[in-house]
Formats: sequence, C-alpha cells, structure tokens
Amino acid sequence: MDTVQVDPIAEGLECVYARPADTLTETRLHYCPGCGHGVVHRVLMEIVEELGIQDQTIGVAPVGCSVFAYHYMNIDMQEAAHGRASAVATAVKRLHPDRYVFSYQGDGDLAAIGTAETIHTANRGENILMVFINNAIYGMTGGQMAPTTLLGMKTSTSPGGRTIETSGYPLKISEMIALLPGVAYVTRQSVHTPNAVRHLKKALLHAFRYQKEKKGTCLVEVVSNCPSGWKMTPGEANEWLEKNMFPLYPPGDIKVPHS
Amino acid sequence: MTVSTAELMKGNEALAEAAIRAGCQAYFGYPITPQSEILEYLADEGRRRGMIVLQAESEVASINMVYGGAGAGARVMTSSSSPGISLMQEGISYIAAAQLPCLIVNVSRGGPGLGTIQPSQGDYFQATKGGGHGDYRLIVLAPSSVQEMADFVYDAFDLADKYRNPVMILADGALGQMMEKVAFRDYNPKEHTPAKPWATTGKPRSRERNIITSLFIEPEKMEQINIRLQEKYAVIREKEVRSECFMTDDAEYGIVAYGLAARVAQGAVEIARSHGIRAGLLRPITLYPYPSDAVRALAERVRGILVVEMNAGQMVEDVRLAVEGRVPVTFAGRMGGIIPSPDEVFAALENLTTQDVALHAETY
Repeated sequence: MDTVQVDPIAEGLECVYARPADTLTETRLHYCPGCGHGVVHRVLMEIVEELGIQDQTIGVAPVGCSVFAYHYMNIDMQEAAHGRASAVATAVKRLHPDRYVFSYQGDGDLAAIGTAETIHTANRGENILMVFINNAIYGMTGGQMAPTTLLGMKTSTSPGGRTIETSGYPLKISEMIALLPGVAYVTRQSVHTPNAVRHLKKALLHAFRYQKEKKGTCLVEVVSNCPSGWKMTPGEANEWLEKNMFPLYPPGDIKVPHS
Repeated sequence: MTVSTAELMKGNEALAEAAIRAGCQAYFGYPITPQSEILEYLADEGRRRGMIVLQAESEVASINMVYGGAGAGARVMTSSSSPGISLMQEGISYIAAAQLPCLIVNVSRGGPGLGTIQPSQGDYFQATKGGGHGDYRLIVLAPSSVQEMADFVYDAFDLADKYRNPVMILADGALGQMMEKVAFRDYNPKEHTPAKPWATTGKPRSRERNIITSLFIEPEKMEQINIRLQEKYAVIREKEVRSECFMTDDAEYGIVAYGLAARVAQGAVEIARSHGIRAGLLRPITLYPYPSDAVRALAERVRGILVVEMNAGQMVEDVRLAVEGRVPVTFAGRMGGIIPSPDEVFAALENLTTQDVALHAETY
C-alpha cells in the first residue's frame, strides 16, 4: 500500500519542532533503533544551526559506530584514525584558532585506544570540545567489552560478566580528565528521556560558549545505550541505563569553569 | 638568526631552517635521537618566526596531528627516527589514502628494534614500499649532504602539494648530525602553495561540506580510490624521477648507492680510478619513484654493478629488477649503524671485477 504524504501544517497542526535543515543532511541514519547517537548528532547540529556557526565549525569523527558522523553533519569534518580524534582536532584548532572544533568519540575510541591522546589534549588545555558517548560496549564490532563496561556486565568478550580479576575496573575517564588544570568543563549527561536531552543541549551550549571564551578543554560525556549490544529493546535499554549505568556514571556537572 | 649566505650547520638544523623558509605552518613531533635538533630548532627559531610547534605525547599523536593539520589546509610536517617512524605507519597510511600533502622526515638509525642511534639505511623497504597497510606509496627523497637536507625540504613540500601525497625525506643519523656549509635558496612560499579548496576550514553556504576521510566502505568505491591512487603514482613515476651520475660515461663497472652510502661509494670510485679501474656511480635521489631507467641504462653500458647500502641489502632488489639479469649485480653493505669505508667498497668492487673476469673466463 502506498503511503500518503500529509503536510501536517496544511492540515492545521502547529509546527513545534523542525529538524535543523542546514546542518543535518537528509541522509538516513545507519544507527540501530533506539540508539542514542542520532539524538546527540541532532542536538549538536541544532546548536551549530541556532548559533549560526556552520561556517565556523569543524568536527572530527572517530572510529566506532559514529564513524560516519560526517554523513549526517553538514559541516566540514575529518575522519580520524581510531583513538586519535583529539590529536586531529588539536591540529585543526591550532591552525584555525577562530573556529569551533569538536571531536565526537565513543568509549573505546576515547577511553581505550585513544587514552593518551585524550589525556594529553586535555592536559594541554586545547580549546576544543570532546563529545564522549559512553555506552559501555563496543557496538560497531559486535558488542565486545569496553573500558567503561560495568562489573558483571556480559559482553561477547566478557561472556560470564566483567570481573575485576581479568579486566580491572570500569574507567571513569571524565572524573580523571576533570583533575587536569587545562580542563574547563566536564559534565555527564544522557539522552534517554526528553528532559535529559534538554539538559544535554544546555551542556553543549555551555561548552561552545566556553570554547569561544578560550576557557580550555571541554568534555561532555553522554551516557548512552546500545540496545543491540546490550540485547534489549530500546525501552528496556533506557530503563537498564538509569538503573545500572547511573550509579557508576551519575549525571551532572563534574567540573565547571570559574566565572 | 636568519641565514642568507652559506653557513656551517648541522643537517638537522639546516632541514629545520629550510622548513621555516618553505612556509611550513606547523610542526608536530616527539623527541628521538638522532633528529631531536629538528624539534629543538623549530621550538626556538620556528616559533619565533610564527610556526606552530607542538611537542606531542607520542609519534602516534604527532602523525595524527599532521593528518589534522594537512586536512585543515596547512603546510605541515613531522620528523622522527626509525622506531618513531614505525609507530607512525598507521597514520601515514591514512594520510596517503585521504590524499593529504605533508612532509615526514626519517633521520634513520640502526635497527631492528630499539637498535642503535648510529646511522643506517635499514628503513629503505619501509619508506619505498608503503610502510603501513594497504597499497600506497610515499614520494621518497634521499639527501646525501647537508645542502640537500635543506634543498629537499622545499622540493618535498612542492611535490606534496602538487600530488596531494605525503613525501618522506629519508636521511640518516650521520646526515642529521654532521656539519657542512649550506646556503638557502630564494623561495617564496606564497608562490608555491596552491589553493586547497578541499580543506576543512569551515563550510560557507557557497560550497558543499569538505570531508577528509580514508574510509570507503563499499568495495567498488574503495577500488576506484585505489585505481585513482595508482594512476597518480604512475604519473609520479613518469615525471618525478631524479638521480645523479658520477663518472659513469666511460665506466666499465657501476656502483649504485644513495644517501650517505653514495658519498662513500664516490670515494671508492676515485680509489678505483687511481687503480686503473673505470668505475662510476649512479646515485638515486628519488627512492620512490625509483630511477629504474637510469639503472637499466647503466647496466647496458657496464660489465657489472655493485650496490652499496648501509643495510643487509634492500635497494639491491630494485636494482636487480631494473637490470633484469643483463649484468651481474653484487652487494656490499654494513649493518647496525656502521658506515662502510671507501676502501671496503673498493675491495667489493675489485671482487666484482675479478668475478667478472672469472665469469668471462668460463664463457671463453
């Protein structure tokens, strides 16, 4: 059966939300149903559109599920090698200090293979934003254990649940980063409820403002889900996130700049 | 300090000074012997003259900063020595795939492993055959003097921009450390730097977004990218080959050597001549593209070829491929950071001539 296109505005409905038409491309997202990436992409690009900085923003994509972030974000972007997004972003920012530069990285990228780059970029106080998606799993490669995987959590490489004996502790890298003097702003947000999305947007807005004010490195962690990797429905995943992720990764500001 | 007339300088410093003069906007690197003077010189002199100089946390970070800076449209470079260059290989492969122009300097040292800090040519294969994963090539320039350490920097940046390809200067610890007279050419970077409309500088409304990537997930697209790279390398092989001959016109025996080994070999040619052996030297300057035609032309004139390298015999394979069995090709080399002496090379050359006599005796 053919679907009938209906123009809701013509039908008399009020438009309360429109996607950021300039900064998000029409490309269909490749993410799994319920995944948080699409929402974070959208919120980021809403900010770029609302601030009118499409021509002043350069993004760096990671290796991981969001490797194709540049398919969706209609801005100049570079695709970095696994873990090196903050090194790439460092160079872009140094050469274009008047531009807004952000890296967009998952937990494997930012907190495992790229730990050295993450820490040293932050320690140099590079005026960039790191958007850090933490879903405690390697989604793209099929659900392996991540540095942020919770104790007891089952993944394809911790089939009996993560244990301290074999894999150590979940890495709270945002708290580590917050200790560095070059870092201006570290906050942990989520996208599992509409209210959480509103909070994320506020946090990202702060980060863009701090970058403009050259305050130092900003890191916005987004505790996200992975329904496919966690083997749950999107609804179950969001409930599980709140119950199991938040106790270890509580939402809220970890470090804010001195005004 | 701005050098205009000939000055006595270390190879590493001459290279660094040339980088400033070539309009290199940013340097990213990590200390390693025997090339740390490049980073030190630029951290002082380069910064003073407006260059962004960042001492990174590792060679891995350095090369990825080079990727970012090149992608953002700037003339950028890094330098290191053998173990550090090994660490960079993943990033170099990405840079080659994304077709970004940059300069990578390898002031190589003896290996394998942590090896030694003494000069070596053990990285020939790594430099000329790709080095990292996938089918790609660097343009590789091999200086053999402090003057060329400086001159090849301008050439490297020009070639990198012309072909949107990473260029490597493959030197060694002796060329980096030794002092010779060097003069700097007149060079205006503005006249040599092309527009880079593909760079990520912030997307205005007037153009589509620019994307720097090496990811082409559909194999059909990836194959097209590979074909395009191979076509580019074919043009480079056709247009950019450089080599130099020394006393080869009437030579009966040829030596093929590059870089520091070529200087030693030149000494051996002079000794040979004084003993009545008509020897000549062919010095490849570009190691990729390789001067195969020049080697072949030499093989058609001489009775035998000696390849001299500071390794176990790497370039000799390219010589043999070019010679295609026309004449005997022998090899003399020292490894692990030892520089052969002209007398040693002369002895190897004498050996070749005796072998040759023996071969001819068998024939008759």
